Amino acid sequence: MTALTAPRATAEERSRARRSRRYRRDLRWSPYALVAPFFLFFSAFGLFPLLYTGWASLHRVELTDPTHMEWAGLHNYSRLWEDDFFWNALRNTFTIGVISTVPQLLMALGLAHLLNYRLRGSMFFRVALLTPYATSVAAGTLVFVLLFGRDYGMVNWALGLAGLDAIDWQNGTWTSQLAVSTIVIWRWTGYNTLIYLAAMQAVPSDLYESAALDGASRWQQFRHVTIPSLRPTILFTVVVSTIGATQLFGEPLLFNGAAGATGGADHQYQTLGLYLYEQGWVNLHLGRASAIAWAMFLILLLIAAAHWLIGRRLRKSG
Amino acid sequence: MVALTAAAALGAGLLTGCADDGEDPAGASSGGGDGGGRTTVTMGVFGVFGYRQAGLYDTYMQLHPDIRIKETSIERNENYYPQLLTHLGSGSGLADIQAVEVSNVNEVTTTQADKFIDLSKAKGVEKDTFLPWKWAQSTTKDGRTIGLGTDIGPMAICYRKDLFRRAGLPTDRKKVARLWAGDWRTYLATGKRYMRNAPRGTAFVDSAAGVYNAAVAGNARRYYNPGGEPVYQDSPAVKEAWRIATAAAKGKLTARLQQFQKTWDQAYANGRFATVSCPPWMLGYIKEKSGPKAEDQWDVAAAPRPGNWGGSFLTVPKAGRHTDEAVKLAAWLTAPEQQATLFRKQGSFPSSRAAYKLPQVAKARHPYFGDAPIGALFSAAAESIPTQVLGPKDSLIHQNITDVGLLQVDQQGKTADEGWKAAVRSIDNALDR
Repeated sequence: MTALTAPRATAEERSRARRSRRYRRDLRWSPYALVAPFFLFFSAFGLFPLLYTGWASLHRVELTDPTHMEWAGLHNYSRLWEDDFFWNALRNTFTIGVISTVPQLLMALGLAHLLNYRLRGSMFFRVALLTPYATSVAAGTLVFVLLFGRDYGMVNWALGLAGLDAIDWQNGTWTSQLAVSTIVIWRWTGYNTLIYLAAMQAVPSDLYESAALDGASRWQQFRHVTIPSLRPTILFTVVVSTIGATQLFGEPLLFNGAAGATGGADHQYQTLGLYLYEQGWVNLHLGRASAIAWAMFLILLLIAAAHWLIGRRLRKSG
Repeated sequence: MVALTAAAALGAGLLTGCADDGEDPAGASSGGGDGGGRTTVTMGVFGVFGYRQAGLYDTYMQLHPDIRIKETSIERNENYYPQLLTHLGSGSGLADIQAVEVSNVNEVTTTQADKFIDLSKAKGVEKDTFLPWKWAQSTTKDGRTIGLGTDIGPMAICYRKDLFRRAGLPTDRKKVARLWAGDWRTYLATGKRYMRNAPRGTAFVDSAAGVYNAAVAGNARRYYNPGGEPVYQDSPAVKEAWRIATAAAKGKLTARLQQFQKTWDQAYANGRFATVSCPPWMLGYIKEKSGPKAEDQWDVAAAPRPGNWGGSFLTVPKAGRHTDEAVKLAAWLTAPEQQATLFRKQGSFPSSRAAYKLPQVAKARHPYFGDAPIGALFSAAAESIPTQVLGPKDSLIHQNITDVGLLQVDQQGKTADEGWKAAVRSIDNALDR
């Protein structure tokens, strides 16, 4: 009997061991299988184009004959150093980025603070704030083009009522950049407000209560309770806005109306994204456009590194 | 190779967030049959070609019950043309017939001709029915014609009779044409006369770029020499047109507008300028933007020297599914009778000179423009347009001169010299691979 039962036990043991081995393998590998679709799609539509763009940037390639690639080494990059249009676009991207991001985030912070109070119809205000975000770039920009029109624009009409001279918004460097920034601010302030509001509502109310007991005014509460609690959120919105500002494209393109990707007669609001588009799809130089794309990518990496350093310092001091 | 090309396009597109792959015209034909033994011929066009609206597809399908026509349109040529190039590069995704705009036709003819069927010897195509300069635009050096002309844009001058009258100028279209016949300088002189007694708030012409565009278009040699090299900096025609356009801007004859922008539309509605160089396809636009209150105010007179602006071609890529049927359809659509029908119904002016003798064109008048005999007027202009030396980057050079150089002079108050230098810098950057 023992001779019979012993092997059966071992068979059972073996199958149990097998099952547990399969279980362990399952536990170990199935998460990878579950995330694999994302990474497959990412490598097909994210990583591969990224690398291919890098490869193309080392060649002369024209859209008229995209399969014919002529090795150019780092020529497309070295020429960017001397390319006035590239530096102009970089400068514009930076100034428009600052003019649009800074007021936008400050306003969002203030609005979120106001909405954080108990208000009548707070739901209405929250939805109203998000409507610009839900509007298409094209529709919003078209309206702003009319508002900032030289001859019949509403803004100039209002300036006229106030006794001021009309401004040719599109043709001035600062005025056009301000106009483009206004579109960005209008679109994204509500979105950032809601993010701040969500973070504010997670701040424990006893912090405010004890601050109030200590005699802190509303402003002091905002400065010493709200802002420090919001630090990670603020950092997040700064990162997202910076990425958005670096890639700014639709607003300046459509602000130029039917005239395309020049970014104004003097390229006064041509951003990097617009310059990339002009090189690739108007001038048909895919190699040069790819080099600009990679330069933008490297700039974003630099910005990300800067954010990371600042964030680390903030965490330490906090 | 197919995947690589697609990825190159996608890669450049993704980083700008505008990967616009559009529809796949060939995919729509789903193998080309619909079960009833019928063949689906696909047409890839941009904007409104008007064949469907004019009922020409329906007529063709009635004449050929075994054919179905499916049209795919991308609104703007700036989006249509790069996509056509990527599809040609990969040899897939092409419609059976692909339209090509005149500003791209030389680039296609010089760099892509081997990917298209030679239509010059196709059945139903008669070279002599087309205007010679139109035919030459889509013909390679070795005599292969890859595109059949659809419409053209011979330019005249549209002018407002009410403003001319108030400024003390004649209003009759023959007398008006005589004011500036033969030379753009007399057009400038007329402008100065107009401005002396101009109704308040109006200008003689809409934009410096519009003047340049019309003045340079009448020349056989513009941006390229016959050897195919860009010589725009030394071209006498370009210099002369530049001088005239900047003189118009500096003499304050222009309303400082940019064509096809919202402000331009608003200026039409408010009657802010007295003249504009207009090809036939612009008449509908002027009518729409000026509205009923300007009814009977606009008229059309012959330009100082006629030039062409716009127009298209139909091509048949070799990689299409039904090339034989496509050639037949393209030949039929561009034949004189169909071009005349398209003109009557849609206002696209025929590139077929044989169509000018048909009553639909010869007797055509435009009620909004004071019953102007537009058929006779634009045919006469079309016949006297010279055969031009074109180059692959013509439109790029032209666009930078008008949208950068002249715009700086007209709208930003730069000197003619500064504007020219800015245009040259922009063009050199655009041409440098």
